[in-house]
Amino acid sequence: MSISLEAIVARHADRDGPLLPILHDVQAEIGAIDAGTETRIAHLLNLTRAEVHGVVSFYHDFKAQADPRPVVHICRAEACQARGIEAMMPAVAAAAGDRVRVETVYCLGLCSVGPNARIGDDLHARLDEGALTKLVERA
Amino acid sequence: MTTVRISDDAVTRACGADKVVSAFEKLGWTVERVSSWGMHWLEPLVEVNGVGWGPVTADRVAEIAEGKADDLCIGPVAAHPFIASQQRLTFARAGKTRPLSLDDYAATGGWAGLDRARAIGGERVLAEMIQSGLRGRGGAGFPAGIKWQTVAKASGERKYVVCNADEGDSGTFADRMVMEGDPFALIEGMAICAHAVGAGQGYVYLRSEYPDAIAKMNAAIDLAADRIAPFRMEVRVGAGAYVCGEETSLLNSLEGKRGEVRAKPPLPALQGLFGCPTVVNNVLTLAAVPHILTDGGAEAYENLGMGRSKGTMPIQIAGNVKQGGLYETAFGVTLRELVYDIAGGTASGRPAKAVQVGGPLGAYIHPDQFDIAFDYEAYTAANALIGHGGIVVFDDTADMAALARFAMTFCAAESCGKCTPCRIGSVRGMEIIERILAGGRKADAVEVLPQMHNVRDAERSLEEQVALLEDLCETMKFGSLCALGGFTPYPVLSALRHWPEDFGLTKQAVPA
Repeated sequence: MSISLEAIVARHADRDGPLLPILHDVQAEIGAIDAGTETRIAHLLNLTRAEVHGVVSFYHDFKAQADPRPVVHICRAEACQARGIEAMMPAVAAAAGDRVRVETVYCLGLCSVGPNARIGDDLHARLDEGALTKLVERA
Repeated sequence: MTTVRISDDAVTRACGADKVVSAFEKLGWTVERVSSWGMHWLEPLVEVNGVGWGPVTADRVAEIAEGKADDLCIGPVAAHPFIASQQRLTFARAGKTRPLSLDDYAATGGWAGLDRARAIGGERVLAEMIQSGLRGRGGAGFPAGIKWQTVAKASGERKYVVCNADEGDSGTFADRMVMEGDPFALIEGMAICAHAVGAGQGYVYLRSEYPDAIAKMNAAIDLAADRIAPFRMEVRVGAGAYVCGEETSLLNSLEGKRGEVRAKPPLPALQGLFGCPTVVNNVLTLAAVPHILTDGGAEAYENLGMGRSKGTMPIQIAGNVKQGGLYETAFGVTLRELVYDIAGGTASGRPAKAVQVGGPLGAYIHPDQFDIAFDYEAYTAANALIGHGGIVVFDDTADMAALARFAMTFCAAESCGKCTPCRIGSVRGMEIIERILAGGRKADAVEVLPQMHNVRDAERSLEEQVALLEDLCETMKFGSLCALGGFTPYPVLSALRHWPEDFGLTKQAVPA
């Protein structure tokens, strides 16, 4: 694991302000950015751990702890509210239980065909309660 | 007749286009993946020799291949009233070209603006940009030419062009459609800007919620690298922070820092990315540039629109509407036309109750105000804003008090935490709205303690709670560093003023 972290940092060595691209790769390839990882990234970039931790904790995309459960991102911004997402959320929570992590996202940019959800890089639109709970069950 | 055109825009794919594509391929047809026309209620839209069918599912493909499925057929796509009534400049190629085809781009007038800009020189480019009257499409509406001129005149060896593609507003998707449908137009716009201001490096700051756009922009930049050289471009992916759509916060994020807002001055045009002079423009602003820089383009652009709002605006119609999608037209169109004529009313068939214009920080507009013309100044005068040009329609089941509370919740969740009015005001705002909805609040156990001398013992009336909320909104509006805290009062106060009954209040309880 220590090799891959150094490889990730080296990958972005020629960029200006490389911290965000590095953290994205670490999150995607290692699954989390914990305290130990922060310390090592800080050391490699000649930053303090506080600086790295400040960035990691600021952004919603970075997680301190790995969560192996499948994730479903559901848009609950105004346009999807106008198309009825809020009324479906109890059924979604029931379908997800503890097995699936349901995360709120503010806007997937498919506002004319909501409610919308994202699993990995796959986007799903025009969801009604049945379609959405099925997505969550299959995630 | 064995070629079919189907968009590969994220909307189309999310609506199941890939299954339709494989069904056509199974029949031995050639499938051309083009950009989306912007008629999202018809997606996946299938086009054969200019004639369209939509929305198509895989089980209807065989019929369409035989020229049947009349119930889905919309006739010639370009003649559809939704398309024919638009004035498309930024979206001139929508539905017509393959997004990553350099041949298609060059064949539809691509690179003409950049070639001309290089021929006439930076000074004249700046003059034409100012003449066109193009204003920043991100929301603030600052004249783009003036911003470019400031950067061009600023001293500094390194200068940057940054494209703000952190399109976080709910109800907006025009930036995404440009990047997925016509990425070379954005690249050309940035290259023209770099040429005019003397920048060597450009960044596209793109939100992580747009995986398709990230892939397309990366591929397009690789393909166009030689064409725009010596200018270099790079995509940087955001990390889920709404506030990074604010330009100074975006610059901090690009530098690898927390996306906290910077105080202005210094303006980013003078001290922006890594302390260097930087142009920060929205996707739509930069994508409008190639057209303006064609011969006579600036003058044509100036002659469109109304008042000081020149040119066209790609309006994004979303929420509870029959016909949602992208509608580009000159400034001046009214909400009544947009909601009833163009969008065909609500999808639910119920009466429209409110329209939010300009994203989560935009005001809720009452049907009584639907005659207001789409124009920066007209909206400002009505205590509203155009923002990024997204309109979200709600039917009469919408609970405006819940939406006002949501605006405060959203601000609390997305505040960068730098300034107090936004960080704390949003939480207090949530609490006051909850108190109003609960019909007031009794003093709690601590407040009734005898030693609490400075606590008010009389209960606040509903009118006093409303006054408190208005005071708080005033503080947020004038005391916040950026538009997140500064504009959150718009949706809250507009909901309160126009729909006091949703808060359990009488009309008299809310001063106009």
